[in-house]
Amino acid sequence: MLSYLAHRAFNLAAALLAASLLVFVILSVLPGDPAEIMLGVGATPESLAALRAELGLNESAVIRYFDWIGGVLHGDFGQSMTYGVPVAELVLERLQVTVPLAIIAFLMAVAVALPFGVFAAVNRNRPGDYLVMGFSQLGLAVPNFWFGILLILIFAVQLHWFQAGGFAPWADGWGPALKSLLLPAVALALSEAAILSRVVRSATLDVYREDYVRTARAKGLSKPAVLFRHVLRNMLLPVVTIMGLQFAFLIAGAVVVENVFYLPGLGRLILQAIFQRDLVVVQNIILLLAGLVVLVNFIVDLAYALIDPRPHGEAHR
Amino acid sequence: MSGTRQKSLIRKALHRPNLVLGGFLTGFIFLTALAAAIGTPYPTDGVSIAERLQPPTAAHWLGTDSLGRDLLSMLMKGAQNAMLMGCVAVGIGLAVGVPAGLYAAMRKGLSVDAVMRLSDLIFAFPAILTAVLIAALYGPGVTNAILAVGIFNIAVFARVTRGAALNVMGRQFVTAAAAIGRPPIAIAIHHVLPNAAGAIIIQATIQFAVAILAEAGLSYLGLGVQPPDPSWGKMLNDAQTLMFTHPMQAVVPGAAIMVAVLGLNLLGDGLRDVLDPRLRIVRSG
Repeated sequence: MLSYLAHRAFNLAAALLAASLLVFVILSVLPGDPAEIMLGVGATPESLAALRAELGLNESAVIRYFDWIGGVLHGDFGQSMTYGVPVAELVLERLQVTVPLAIIAFLMAVAVALPFGVFAAVNRNRPGDYLVMGFSQLGLAVPNFWFGILLILIFAVQLHWFQAGGFAPWADGWGPALKSLLLPAVALALSEAAILSRVVRSATLDVYREDYVRTARAKGLSKPAVLFRHVLRNMLLPVVTIMGLQFAFLIAGAVVVENVFYLPGLGRLILQAIFQRDLVVVQNIILLLAGLVVLVNFIVDLAYALIDPRPHGEAHR
Repeated sequence: MSGTRQKSLIRKALHRPNLVLGGFLTGFIFLTALAAAIGTPYPTDGVSIAERLQPPTAAHWLGTDSLGRDLLSMLMKGAQNAMLMGCVAVGIGLAVGVPAGLYAAMRKGLSVDAVMRLSDLIFAFPAILTAVLIAALYGPGVTNAILAVGIFNIAVFARVTRGAALNVMGRQFVTAAAAIGRPPIAIAIHHVLPNAAGAIIIQATIQFAVAILAEAGLSYLGLGVQPPDPSWGKMLNDAQTLMFTHPMQAVVPGAAIMVAVLGLNLLGDGLRDVLDPRLRIVRSG
């Protein structure tokens, strides 16, 4: 287990390093002068030179990279040009919206996908299965931002149950804040639930084909007993892996959905930063998102090792 | 392919409701795009404030938008845009990803490991986030948006091609071809590729849907198609500000995206059932 952990931790560090290099190369080394992009076409040579000096653009790429990463490791993500505050401060504030949004959406998706996926598998090739899979196809095809708009149309414009957008800060109490995250979370959860229910269904069917399930049935165990004792436990392995992979897409979805509901999260921040050409903010948020994705994949690997009843080492290469 | 096998494939296909429905919906969108390329009922670049936000009439079947443009014509142009985006994004992925995947399957060593690790990294990072990154540097625009989706597709097709090719590589006819001294390129093109084609075609259908969804999302955010060019995502963005007074404006373009994506996904699933039932489709984007 320890060597497995060490191996995984090494992979995590390597992936983080690769991600930071990739973001740096795309934003800082490829053609295009960041100072020119930030100030626009009308910039004077003096202001360009001043910004280049401030961003350290006169240094070599290697020094700039290590400066940046050194800062990041100390919690210094640089200064936002438009907001005039440290990026770390901005990000911490916005994470209070994005992280709860992603978690609520994820929980909703799992709560829907697990029972319906298993139900579809148990009723394979019967009307119940077709119904669940049909809805899953629809869920995959509905864009999350359109679903968000439809939810606003129904629950805010027609029924007046919710606000059409915006966020009630956590400081004003949990209730209003959670309420303002509910519709966005539903919008975000739809395609997630659709994908997961398909994964759950096929993972369940795979386990049903295993010899030990046939043996359990043959020795007289009832269908529900087989389902709960053998099938569900073993079905979780592939499902957890996909859940981890899907986390990145949940975050990407949050970037879009936040903009539908005018939620002050990371997604809205990054979009505004792009339109305001605040490259320091964009670079650091993308790194943060990449780091988050890599980290979640690491945690999933660990969870996998904990759930997997097989001995460690051989099963995972 | 022999005549009888072809017939039985067609018969199998007709018994797949998802294949039939998917083919029908995809064909419908494709024909709409083709019709839009020839001409639309009304021009989509003219502004007519006098006719703005009209309800559906005999002249304008779906009404007009906030600039007085015919919604049906805008939808048709949007279909043309979506089809074009899908073709380019999937084309980039196929052109680079398939050779890369074949190469990675036939060779071993550090360079292959590095390439596959890089593709894992790109794959773990959703296309829409890559597009945001590229838009930040090169500015919002349709070329950058579609390039980002194309790069993501390269990683997808490299993985799918490599996986399918590795399955074939161990088979006897490949060993035999190598034994009689056929060069690796000939083996790749004549023996490996035809056997991986099914998986690649199925994935291409799914990636087409992913590209349409990503383009619509980026255009909705203002990072994709720029005005005045019509795009379903852009139309939704315009419609959101009119939601309280003209809700139908926000319903129609989204339904168009849904029909296109649903059609392509069903087509992909149906093709899988017929061509390669054991194949697992990679779903992400």
